[in-house]
Amino acid sequence: MKDKKIILVGVAIFVVVVTFPFWYNLGRSAPAPEVVLTPKAQAAEVCVMPTEFMKADHMKLLDVWRHDVVRNGNRIFVNPDGKAFEMSLSNTCLDCHSNTTEFCDRCHDYASVRPYCWDCHIENPKGE
Amino acid sequence: MENSRRRFLQIAGVSALGLGATPVLNAFAASGAQGSGYHLDRNENAATAKQWAMVIDTRKLSTPESLRPIINACNTIHNVPTEIQNKNQEIKWIWEAPYHNAFTDEVQKFMDESVEHRPFLLLCNQCENPPCVRACPTQATFKNKEGIVMMDFHRCIGCRFCMAACPFGARSFNFRDPRPFIKKTNTEFPTRMKGVVEKCNFCAERLAVGKKPACVEASGGAIAFGDLYDPNSDVRKLLKENYTIRRKITLGTEPSVYYIV
Repeated sequence: MKDKKIILVGVAIFVVVVTFPFWYNLGRSAPAPEVVLTPKAQAAEVCVMPTEFMKADHMKLLDVWRHDVVRNGNRIFVNPDGKAFEMSLSNTCLDCHSNTTEFCDRCHDYASVRPYCWDCHIENPKGE
Repeated sequence: MENSRRRFLQIAGVSALGLGATPVLNAFAASGAQGSGYHLDRNENAATAKQWAMVIDTRKLSTPESLRPIINACNTIHNVPTEIQNKNQEIKWIWEAPYHNAFTDEVQKFMDESVEHRPFLLLCNQCENPPCVRACPTQATFKNKEGIVMMDFHRCIGCRFCMAACPFGARSFNFRDPRPFIKKTNTEFPTRMKGVVEKCNFCAERLAVGKKPACVEASGGAIAFGDLYDPNSDVRKLLKENYTIRRKITLGTEPSVYYIV
């Protein structure tokens, strides 16, 4: 065990390097982004589903939408309150949430997710 | 003896792992957005059919000028990038071709000249036995309940097997981002992205709200549209009374687009 010292120093350096991102960012987490609701979205008060559901599961819901519209030909979404919506990202979601940079992108940037919706779907259908 | 005991323990261990994994996998599968009290439905005006079909009366569409508004109607509604100059990369949903190119297996040595020189409207034939669907490795292209050969652009990986499989040249590949090449964008319909294959969808999005396809509407009655398996539909009435031809029927794909010549 002649190299005990060297090994311990090596292990210490390894641990420090691996945990660097954790202690380097300790106590200065980036503030959670605030999403901006357009006046139309505020006036509507509730989205197609309750806000908590939309916050957590909007991506799953959109996946159900796109799958069902394209593959099963169902284009109407009826929420638990019985209200019907057309299942369309550009025509329904963005009708209220027309501010994609302040509504979608802020959280997506913060969470480092890069959905490619706007490669095909029109990002700003109203031209605002 | 010792060997077989070891073998038994190995199998038992792997089986236990398998049994333990099932509930975990089920839990993951069930954590989707399903079962949250909503349901999905069709539009109440939606037109339905067993197999949508089209009859094009080429006698009424005998000049290139008569085809132009029809082609334009489709291009504008579906954001087809018409400004691509490179012919190898052009995107076509509905286009014009001479008889010899359209009906390659029905060309006579000497032909009725009016037919021979007539321009023909070509589009995806929405085959009943579509070879493109069999070729697609991701099921991005599939035959829907109404007989339309649909494209699910979300799934298309751009392998272009479908283009090789289609005997009608009805499919186009986006070699580049199509957006700069769209003359005027229809904001109610998506565009496509680089790397996906696209084609005519028989206006599935219009049928879903009870409208006729855009080309049918723009044709002023020269194109009929209806259910091939409804004996009283517009297309069946025309097929009963007129001699029609289809493209390359010898291949057995059963095209759903008929031409009155």
